[in-house]
Amino acid sequence: MSSDSTPSGPARVAFYNDPKIRSIFYQLALLAAIAFLVYGAVSNAIENLARANIASGFGFWNNTAGFDISQTLISYSSQASTYGRAFWVGLLNTLLVAGLGIVFATILGFIVGLSRLSKNWLLSKVAGGFVETIRNLPLLLQLLFWYNAVLKALPDIRDSIVIPGGGMINNRGLFLPRPEFLYGFEMVLVALAVGVAGSIGFYIWARKRQERTGQQAPVAAVVLALVIGLPLAVLALKGFPLSFSYPQAGRFNIAGGVEILPEFAALLFGLSIYTAAFIAEVVRAGVLAVSHGQVEAAYSLGLQPRPTLRLIVVPQAMRVIIPPLTSQYLNLTKNSSLAVAIGYPDLVQVFTGTVLNQTGQAVEVVAITMLVYLVISLSTSLLMNIYNRRVALVER
Amino acid sequence: MTMSEGDLAVAKIAFVRDTVIDPRKPPISMTGPWAWLRERLLSTPFNVVMTILVGALLAWVGYELARFLLIDAVWTGVDRDACREEVQQRAIGACWPFVWERLNYFTYGSYPISERWRVDIFFAMLAFGVVWLLSLNAPRRDLGAAYFFIIVPVTSFILLSGWEAIGLRTVDTSLWGGVLVTIVVASVGIVVSLPLGILLALGRRSDMPAVRMASIVFIEFVRGVPLVTVLFMASVMLPLFVPEHLSPDKLVRALVGIALFASAYMAEVVRAGLQSMPKGQYEGAMAVGLGYWQMMRLIILPQALKVTIPNIVNTYIGLFKDTTLVFIVGIFDLLRTIEVSRIDPKWAAPVTSTTGYAVAAIFYLVFCYAMSRYARVTEERLAKSDKR
Repeated sequence: MSSDSTPSGPARVAFYNDPKIRSIFYQLALLAAIAFLVYGAVSNAIENLARANIASGFGFWNNTAGFDISQTLISYSSQASTYGRAFWVGLLNTLLVAGLGIVFATILGFIVGLSRLSKNWLLSKVAGGFVETIRNLPLLLQLLFWYNAVLKALPDIRDSIVIPGGGMINNRGLFLPRPEFLYGFEMVLVALAVGVAGSIGFYIWARKRQERTGQQAPVAAVVLALVIGLPLAVLALKGFPLSFSYPQAGRFNIAGGVEILPEFAALLFGLSIYTAAFIAEVVRAGVLAVSHGQVEAAYSLGLQPRPTLRLIVVPQAMRVIIPPLTSQYLNLTKNSSLAVAIGYPDLVQVFTGTVLNQTGQAVEVVAITMLVYLVISLSTSLLMNIYNRRVALVER
Repeated sequence: MTMSEGDLAVAKIAFVRDTVIDPRKPPISMTGPWAWLRERLLSTPFNVVMTILVGALLAWVGYELARFLLIDAVWTGVDRDACREEVQQRAIGACWPFVWERLNYFTYGSYPISERWRVDIFFAMLAFGVVWLLSLNAPRRDLGAAYFFIIVPVTSFILLSGWEAIGLRTVDTSLWGGVLVTIVVASVGIVVSLPLGILLALGRRSDMPAVRMASIVFIEFVRGVPLVTVLFMASVMLPLFVPEHLSPDKLVRALVGIALFASAYMAEVVRAGLQSMPKGQYEGAMAVGLGYWQMMRLIILPQALKVTIPNIVNTYIGLFKDTTLVFIVGIFDLLRTIEVSRIDPKWAAPVTSTTGYAVAAIFYLVFCYAMSRYARVTEERLAKSDKR
């Protein structure tokens, strides 16, 4: 007789129509599906690995690597070093090319981005054409072009192009004089440190004085004198305790000097130019995001164009620029893994390439590689979130 | 009088002028080509220098391109001797006979010559679908979507890989190559990533914690690692994770990698669109009694996707460029067929590599530029419809 009873409280629905129960059911179903997939993958992997006679676990980390790496920032030898050591060599090479790439891409990107905003019609059109062309070509194509069509097409060792000052370029790379520091050079470093510390102190003092009295100090000139002039003066006083070892061309090899591999140069060129095109767009968008009223207000307060740029436009533009700029830096770091296509020994080429082929331990090797990139990406986005919270506009 | 004395006292302050400046001369002309030239190219000494430098750079690059691609280019020949400076005794530009000879290889890879008409039909079907979907005044664009997202994938799969029962010879994917593979990888990425990306974006904004967490973990994981490692994972780990007899072939593995990678990026693009919807749209839909899927399908997604179209196309451009990375796991896409051909001894000459890369550059530039123009035009069209 329940159908006769007067309804009390909310209308009753069948339990399978209750949103809460449905939601729990869907989530359980999803978790079950994921668990089933993972279980299936793991049990298949165990079976497949056992059949192929491949070891598992991270025991290979301490085994001798037995292969050579063409560029090592830390000591490494094919006979004595382990796979673990090879991993660190690769990681450092990745960080080296990514770090330098970020510096060059930022400089070039800001130049191109600001050129696009220039009043000069020709300059802005050429900058626009550069951005459109570079952004619409695959990075891999650009890397192969720089490596195979430009750097590998240079003359061989006997016909090296000589750079004034003792360097040379050929299809084996760029060879530069290596500075060798003699006794007494450490005083120059001390002078440099003093110069840097002195300029920071002077900057703080000048700023405080300006806030107090409104008088400006020639900060740029003093900093230049302290940071560059002082070490140079000490260098001259000590009688130039510095010599260079010049690269000497033999029949087949070059001895002495610093060697920059063509693989490294191609990767650095390609990454810097490609990312610069994206950074240029970020910079342009950031500057355009500062409304014109801000500049007009600054002019009406009597600020000159240069202080307007420095005090009003740049700080507000940076707020817009920095988050996408960071994601471009991350993209550059991730894109450096394309090194594998031209044979630069980065993390992917050394570890996911050679080590994987030698050990066959695909799961462990790929997992470690991914973990490295994940740590870099996630820690950067964490820092970005903190930064965003700090610079976010405080609204009423 | 006291007032004006007060004014004079103000005028004594160092930075306030006490004399009237002479009026400025009227400008010679404010309009016309000369004024434009003076204003936009020659306004300051720095600008004059810039204009000359950039003009010289532009002229040099333009001349070098024209010289390489046209003026000094070789148009006929049978082997490398036609393109070598030592043999021809003149400056040599692009080696076009190399491209003519390899054009079929660049387009079809090693696809059997007698079956290449099937690839042509595939290209035609795809082109027809794109035109149908993208031209604004085409009839029945809903049918076009069904055609593009269901009929084309199914028929082209049968067409390209073959089906003995209807008399189409089976063609192993290891024989596919060139533009065919590039287009197949890009279209699978495009067709799969949008629906999967929408699902992931909805999952990330879902109220159910398990669904939300699963989506976030997937999206952030994929976006945090380079595509190369995803492809490595797909090509070396995927075969481990499935029973041996089901092991997918190389091309399928790469397709899985590309599709998953593109979906994660698409999810973030769609999520941005969903977030731009005002809350009133959700509440309005619920108020008229729509369920979750009805609300999404009829109210939210049509509006959210519309404002996201430019970003979706930009993601597609990225995906199209990223298809070159299948090269690294040993699949013969356009770039790899060029890479293999340029070191062929028959055509080995100093200019061969650059010629090959020039062909690839033109191909990618045309496709990506067309897509970015479409995104730009759509953006302008949508902005226009918002104006009242």
